[in-house]
Amino acid sequence: MKINAGDTAWVLVSAALVLFMTPGLALFYGGMVRAKNVLAMLMQNFFAMGIVTVLWVLFGYTLAFGGFGNGGVIGNFDFIGLKDISSEMVFAGTAIPVLAFVAFQLTFAVITPALITGAIADRMRFVAWVGFIILWSVLVYLPVAHWIFAGGWLAERGALDFAGGAVVHVNAGAGALALVFLLGKRRRWPKEPMPPHSLPLTLLGTGILWFGWFGFNAGSALAANGVAAQAFLNTFVAAAAAMVAWLIVERLKDGHATTLGAASGAVAGLVAITPCAGFVGGLAPLAIGGVAGAVCYLAISLKFRFGYDDSLDVIAVHLVGGIIGSVLLGLFADASVNPAGADGVFFGGGWSLFGEQVLAVVVVMVFSFTVSLAIGFGLKKALPGGIRVSEEDEETGLDLTQHSETGYALERV
Amino acid sequence: MKLIVGIIKPFKLDDVKDALKDLGVQGLTVSDVQGFGRQRGHTEVYRGAEYTIDFVPKVRIEILVDDADVERITTAIVETSRTGKIGDGKVWVVPVDSVVRIRTGEAGPDAV
Repeated sequence: MKINAGDTAWVLVSAALVLFMTPGLALFYGGMVRAKNVLAMLMQNFFAMGIVTVLWVLFGYTLAFGGFGNGGVIGNFDFIGLKDISSEMVFAGTAIPVLAFVAFQLTFAVITPALITGAIADRMRFVAWVGFIILWSVLVYLPVAHWIFAGGWLAERGALDFAGGAVVHVNAGAGALALVFLLGKRRRWPKEPMPPHSLPLTLLGTGILWFGWFGFNAGSALAANGVAAQAFLNTFVAAAAAMVAWLIVERLKDGHATTLGAASGAVAGLVAITPCAGFVGGLAPLAIGGVAGAVCYLAISLKFRFGYDDSLDVIAVHLVGGIIGSVLLGLFADASVNPAGADGVFFGGGWSLFGEQVLAVVVVMVFSFTVSLAIGFGLKKALPGGIRVSEEDEETGLDLTQHSETGYALERV
Repeated sequence: MKLIVGIIKPFKLDDVKDALKDLGVQGLTVSDVQGFGRQRGHTEVYRGAEYTIDFVPKVRIEILVDDADVERITTAIVETSRTGKIGDGKVWVVPVDSVVRIRTGEAGPDAV
């Protein structure tokens, strides 16, 4: 196929939209931590835009997307250092330049490890995070992206993942769970209140995430066409339904509809629709978003029951939301929406897709959790000073101790 | 000379300030403070987790006065800051040994 101007324009714009999600995520998380840790949270996210981009052009892209469609476990070195990719080269099966695809997929590789930062808030040393994000990107993200996004073994078996329910959200969520176990709880959690220091930042971040998610999901059509429009609308509807559902459950259980609830619900819906975006139609996004909003809210209580400090609920929102979306796709997938998809249980496709979805989720979860645990444990042993800040530094705050800065200079005396 | 100290509800500050101005009070100091009395704190809920916030925000006002003015100023503060609900605060008076106006060096009641 020849390069199509409309498709290329849309994918390039989508890449910019998705990149904008990472600072959006930084604000979403940054508002939820205490004021003494806000810069450290922003920095862990911002740094992902730097380091992952460097890795991506050197060898990340080729390890994820080299050998596209080989049904295997990892790519190859055909495009190491982006060699042999001319500006005229068209990405197979699309009408966009390979370079546009490289940029678009890069933004996914950036935000996926950044999602983990919410779980480890207020206690991880910056040097440990630098080590973790490099190793995790290479050892976890690249293979999993290959298995599903690049025609690897899970895709070949028939698992569907339109924009990254498993590759991005389940993957990051399982990695977060592993790090939470290795790091341990914040001091005095959950006895001492650690309320968000600025919910306005969190709501601003939510708005940016929602805006950027149109590129994430509709851009994943890799064309400016009907599937992209369907994915766009599904994204919109699922976020809205999940926000409403979260608020209803919250109002019934806790007595108030909160702004943090509205923000969290919208994000839960966006997560759940991600794998489904270009494969479902009609009112399916209403159901998927509604289920995600209610279930993710209820999943938050798990950390109190089992005593693990998933500080900003990455597991309840991204792991649980990603599982919900990936598995519900096995029910709601409709091949008439997108011939590249399949029919789920509700559209006469039987249980085979559902089975593949469950398998993909379990495989990604187990793989990411295990390798993340190994990476974190290795860093804990290898780094003098370990992966966690000292008690004194934790009390002082990460902004001052890790970055020698303060987020807010308000006191005049 | 006496120091009148009042802990009041923040939204009553403007009313108290106006009442004191009407009484001819020349100056006062205010600060944001936190604490609890019989009102105790309040609860906040974040993603279903309920936190008890022990300390409620209050405003502390301090006024240096002549002995003769203590009664009417104290009364004015109490009456303007009263809502009748729990958490209205307290006013107390402490003796002051000496006062100096920094600019002029005046001391004692002249400096008040």
